[in-house]
Amino acid sequence: MDEHDVPSSSAAAAAADVDDSQSGAAERLERPPRRQQKQKISNYGSNEQLERNNADHTDGPVLAVPYVVVRGTNSQPPRLSAGGADGGPGPSQQELEEEQGLKYGAQHVIKLFVPVSLCMLVVVATINSISFYNSTDVYLLYTPFHELSPEPSVKLWNALANSLILMSVVVVMTILLIVLYKKRCYRVIHGWLILSSFMLLFIFTYLYLEELLRAYNIPMDYPTAVLIMWNFGVAGMMSIHWHGPLRLQQGYLIFVAALMALVFIKYLPEWTAWAVLAAISIWDLIAVLSPRGPLRILVETAQERNEQIFPALIYSSTVIYTYMGTHYTPEQPLPTATSSPSYSNSTTTTRTTQNSLASPEPATGGSTARPGNSRAHQRQQETQAAAEGMPLVTFKRNLHGNEEAAGFTQEWSANLNDRVARRQIEVQSTQSGNGRLSNEYRTVTAPDQPQPELPEERGIKLGLGDFIFYSVLVGKASSYGDWTTTIACFVAILIGLCLTLLLLAVWRKALPALPISITFGLIFCFATSAVVKPFMENLSAKQVFI
Amino acid sequence: MTLPELFGCTFIAFGPPFALFVFSIANDPVRIIILIAAAFFWLLSLLLSSLLWFAVVPLRDVLAFGVVFSVLFQECFRYIIYRILRSTEQGLHAVAEDTRITENKHILAYVSGLGFGIISGMFALVNVLADMSGPGTMGLKGGTDLFFMTSAAQALSIILLHTFWSIIFFNAFDTNNYLHIGYVVVTHLFVSLLTLLNADALYWATLLPNYIVTILTGVLAFKVAGGSGRSFKRFVMCR
Repeated sequence: MDEHDVPSSSAAAAAADVDDSQSGAAERLERPPRRQQKQKISNYGSNEQLERNNADHTDGPVLAVPYVVVRGTNSQPPRLSAGGADGGPGPSQQELEEEQGLKYGAQHVIKLFVPVSLCMLVVVATINSISFYNSTDVYLLYTPFHELSPEPSVKLWNALANSLILMSVVVVMTILLIVLYKKRCYRVIHGWLILSSFMLLFIFTYLYLEELLRAYNIPMDYPTAVLIMWNFGVAGMMSIHWHGPLRLQQGYLIFVAALMALVFIKYLPEWTAWAVLAAISIWDLIAVLSPRGPLRILVETAQERNEQIFPALIYSSTVIYTYMGTHYTPEQPLPTATSSPSYSNSTTTTRTTQNSLASPEPATGGSTARPGNSRAHQRQQETQAAAEGMPLVTFKRNLHGNEEAAGFTQEWSANLNDRVARRQIEVQSTQSGNGRLSNEYRTVTAPDQPQPELPEERGIKLGLGDFIFYSVLVGKASSYGDWTTTIACFVAILIGLCLTLLLLAVWRKALPALPISITFGLIFCFATSAVVKPFMENLSAKQVFI
Repeated sequence: MTLPELFGCTFIAFGPPFALFVFSIANDPVRIIILIAAAFFWLLSLLLSSLLWFAVVPLRDVLAFGVVFSVLFQECFRYIIYRILRSTEQGLHAVAEDTRITENKHILAYVSGLGFGIISGMFALVNVLADMSGPGTMGLKGGTDLFFMTSAAQALSIILLHTFWSIIFFNAFDTNNYLHIGYVVVTHLFVSLLTLLNADALYWATLLPNYIVTILTGVLAFKVAGGSGRSFKRFVMCR
């Protein structure tokens, strides 16, 4: 995705990508950002458009803040001349934007198809080659009823009770997370995340390796195994929580999701697994869409705080750049806070931009600092360089599949007041109509020098929980040994994902990704294994082709 | 021997469609989505025909009944996806990076036909392939050892036929050419019913006519899509 010129404002309506949550309850999609054509839309002064974007969010705090025109310098050099002119783009441009968003979305759909398919592939291949994951003999703590009775009615209430227990754990964990987040206990959340990913990357991976070797009858001595595990796990921890190439990070996230799905398939009794799938998609629907839904609160809180929400737990199809490149060293005195006003101004305004636009997404490209100030410019680039290498997507999950994300910066809270004051000044200046002229804090100044365009990419984000439960569905379907069911589930899930993304493009808000896909998947899974499979078996046994 | 057989049959059946996918579909996100959507519609048609087959208990052993209705359902869904694609053409035009997809209407037909074909071939063959990997094989005690090979070859012809049928079918509805619509339905019925003979291991009686039909349909689809003898010659000569 070579989207080089999205002004920071284009992401304005981006739905918050908070993710989060518990055992995959955090499935959310972030809609593809609108893409604005750089030449056509005179971005500056397009009050209407921005306000419309803002209006897309019904997030109160955001709406309360009048937008501040702070624009990416890299996108429209001619902006300068048109200063504060109000030439809102007409509806046609709005449509154009939507089309652009859809077009952009089509690529991102594929960018999600590939990892989702890969994750499912890992799970299905494992299920079919390692019989260990096929049979349930040990059970999770959360599923006290083991469905051992042959009676369907007993199995049914066992499954319902199990899934109820599991779901209440999920709900409690989600609420706990939100409380922690509200109270700004970032360290706790971060520690939780790291601990969980540590366990997954070491303990569960070790179990996986052991079963893999056993299935293929490969002998391996402990030193070698320890060496492999150490390298694999440490590389994973680093790439997930710290620096790492994007591909590596994505690979680890996919693997971790697949591992978690395998754990669910292995340790959940059969009917319980299906009941949990149904329950979690309903929970997802409630948590994301209902007015007081926990995930929704999470999104709104993060928007309010102007944070990267939980960048963790989200598979991002592209690099997320951030100018808050130092977030992993919160104690370190930030250069932004200590350096000259002009410099601090630049970072502040980028945040302000974000805030005013309600965009949780990292405004990349630094949403531009003031290029006129060479020093600030330089610093900005440094920051961006640092940010480039630093994936914000982290991942964590505890034993029972709860995943949490963290990765907030603490610096913003440090100079919160500072920012608020500055923003107010900016807002006032904007309202007074001549924002550009008004005060030193404005960053609307046009670039004297073209800022080098940074690769700006904003992808659709999919919660890792989605990966997990899609894979659970497909893996569970394939554990019955029928490939047609597996393929039917796979196609149904992809179509469901497509529809979700379509809705995302239409509604432009964070959406739960599980309900449609899982519903389709469940319908096709049961219909195929009950009705289609006998038909197809009959046909293929007699070599009849339809 | 089972593993080579597995790979051989997989490549016979899915090699050409895979090549088609890689070279003509994979580069365009919109085409991939349409391919998967077409596969989904085929699944729906299969679901309906299976439900019918399942519901009519007395006729469950009479496969011809199931086959006829399955073919009719598939053609209905081909028509449905035709309607959907044509009605969303405007949107597609806006969405597609590659404007050829709407300028050349046959591309949509081709993509959806390939989607139909691939999913149909997969459903017909994938469980057979799974059994093929061993440990047992066909033909040692009864049955014929040609079973796997002929299944794979038949699946390939069905995949290609679906692609050709869609091209002809879409164009026929665009131009109100009822002859072509009839041709598609009749040949589909013919090919499917002919495969009923496979149960008696009459492979030459099924494969040969089916491949003849495949080639004829391919030629017709080529003509419908605007090809001619001269353009074919030019294509072969790489000019």
